[in-house]
Amino acid sequence: MSGNSVPGQGAAPRRSPEALPPRSKLAITASRVTAAISRRAGKGSGSVIGGKLALRLAPDLLAQLSVGLQVVLISGTNGKTTTTRLVAEAMRAAGPVVSNALGANMPAGITSALAGAGDEARYGVIEVDEKYLAGVARDSDPVAIALLNLSRDQLDRAAETRMLAEKWREGLRGRDAIVVANADDPLIVWAASSSKDVLWVAAGQTWQEDSWSCPQCGGVMQRPGDDWFCSQCDFRRPSPTWSLAGEQMVDPDGRIWPLHLQLPGRANRANAVTAAAIASLFGVPVEAALERMKHVTAVAGRYDVVDYMGRKLRLLLAKNPAGWVETFSLINPPPTPVILSVNALDADGKDTSWIWDVDFTQLAGRPLFVLGQRRLDLAVRLEVAGLQFQVFETAAQAVAACPPGQIEVIANYTAFQQLRKTIKEAAQA
Amino acid sequence: MIGESRLRLVWIYPDLLSTYGDQGNALIVERRALMRGIEVERVDVRSDQPVPTSGDIYLIGGGEDRPQRLAAERLRRDPGLATAVGAGAALLAVCAGYQIIGTEFIDDLDQPEAGLGLLDVRSGRGAPGKRCVGEVLAEVDPALGLPVLSGFENHQGVTYVGPGAKPLARVTHGSGNGTGDGTEGAYAGRVIGTYMHGPVMSRNPALADLLLTWATGVPLTPLGDHWHEQLRSERLRTVRAAAAN
Ligand SMILES: [Zn+2]
Repeated sequence: MSGNSVPGQGAAPRRSPEALPPRSKLAITASRVTAAISRRAGKGSGSVIGGKLALRLAPDLLAQLSVGLQVVLISGTNGKTTTTRLVAEAMRAAGPVVSNALGANMPAGITSALAGAGDEARYGVIEVDEKYLAGVARDSDPVAIALLNLSRDQLDRAAETRMLAEKWREGLRGRDAIVVANADDPLIVWAASSSKDVLWVAAGQTWQEDSWSCPQCGGVMQRPGDDWFCSQCDFRRPSPTWSLAGEQMVDPDGRIWPLHLQLPGRANRANAVTAAAIASLFGVPVEAALERMKHVTAVAGRYDVVDYMGRKLRLLLAKNPAGWVETFSLINPPPTPVILSVNALDADGKDTSWIWDVDFTQLAGRPLFVLGQRRLDLAVRLEVAGLQFQVFETAAQAVAACPPGQIEVIANYTAFQQLRKTIKEAAQA
Repeated sequence: MIGESRLRLVWIYPDLLSTYGDQGNALIVERRALMRGIEVERVDVRSDQPVPTSGDIYLIGGGEDRPQRLAAERLRRDPGLATAVGAGAALLAVCAGYQIIGTEFIDDLDQPEAGLGLLDVRSGRGAPGKRCVGEVLAEVDPALGLPVLSGFENHQGVTYVGPGAKPLARVTHGSGNGTGDGTEGAYAGRVIGTYMHGPVMSRNPALADLLLTWATGVPLTPLGDHWHEQLRSERLRTVRAAAAN
């Protein structure tokens, strides 16, 4: 395939869907029709169902659609949707981009996004679910792959975290892609260790509970300051070429760049550093990348500030312990109230034990309001943490209990979607 | 602890065996002791540190297959836990920890691995693709005087209770030990093993109180437990309703 010529230079013109084999064209047409029907029936964007049909008709469609595109894959437990958006924004400085911007990140959704691209697209910036990374990397022949972080997430149905790192390591072995990987996450470093071309980014790691055991030998990891190394073998932190240092970014030439993002928090600054590193591989200067990323305010509803019942709610999505802990670090200080909502539907994982991994004492001193299908699990958790809180059945009741002004709302996946729906319906009423 | 001012709570290997919110059990024991005016010294023992022999209550949590083998290797070399249990300390072991304190389990390399032999149970591996995942309800052995247990299980292992131990409970919902005989967990003396995480004490604070009673040797004052009770009844209701459908 043509994707791996010198990045940003001499890329083959994109092979338009018209130039694909007849079976693939049929598959794309069928997927678009199916998606349109699904949309009209009010069942979301229809991209997943359309993509599923297309892949059934032409299993190599993803590979064919990637021909002539320079593909970047982005994966990790947390931050992949936001990073994908930041990379896509930055890369538009180099040329037209196609991206699965709404987070449909399994093969069907990815295929659908690429099939919907215009002929002019030069770059494919693709978020990939962790479980599918190796397969999508094989099919799409990416120029670059970003590996952000790995931590526990929905253990009742997902693979063990270290097993996932091992699968990545095997799946990425021998690929030509440049791997842009977080040097601060030992599991990510392990996953990237079979790749010959790695660009290390010091993107930080707030949640460390999944990487106390050396992935190479099982030894106990030592973590003095920002460094880490195994006490029993040669596995240690590689030295990074790009770094997040507080509010600033350090590039490979040692130049320091302030990060003026509208997206809040340390994790998003880390995502921006990774995005700048990727964009630079395609010849996008740091100034241009940062300038473009500055304009991103919300990603698929995350970080959105919305009006509801005369209050300003900031909607924050957190799906697993690492995500919750990062979110606590970016919310406004007391007395800003915080609404917490947890569900345990299929998409969330049905096991709520993860809430005991989250250090809720960081919320001490804030008015806390608890919602969601599993509000009682959360209530016990908060009581044991010694916190004051109130429990409500509906968002309207919880918001009514808050004084007018700003409210931080932290919710896991389906709880987040339900809140958005409630607020949207109220706005339309 | 008896006659001393402080309860020593030892949490074994949080770096390896803390996958299913296991810290919760430590936090709950600690809180329920403090609310009764019992001072607690909590010791979190990392897997490169020795297990102290002077604890009153020991907790071992759940973990993935490889950390489970690493934990067993290190605990077999460390006599600390066996010494403490021999001297009458209480021990609650969950999931991977439950298997480790038995006589044998199957490790991540599919090899039989010697356990610590602190509880007469032996674990094998269930049929491939038949992982036990989901809600559990179980009626506890009446000798322990505990109300019905509610929990969440997620394991591939099946555990057989030997003559030196008794089943902790009988499931009315869920798989428990996975042997098909309806048993869940096991106990002998002051050692309890269970497949229920959740963590198990968040829905069953009486289990925390049982360990505290063993450790202190005195009856405990009852606590309010409003939210624990709310959670328990919501879980019992939901799981029973799902089972009825
Ligand atoms: Zn090592």
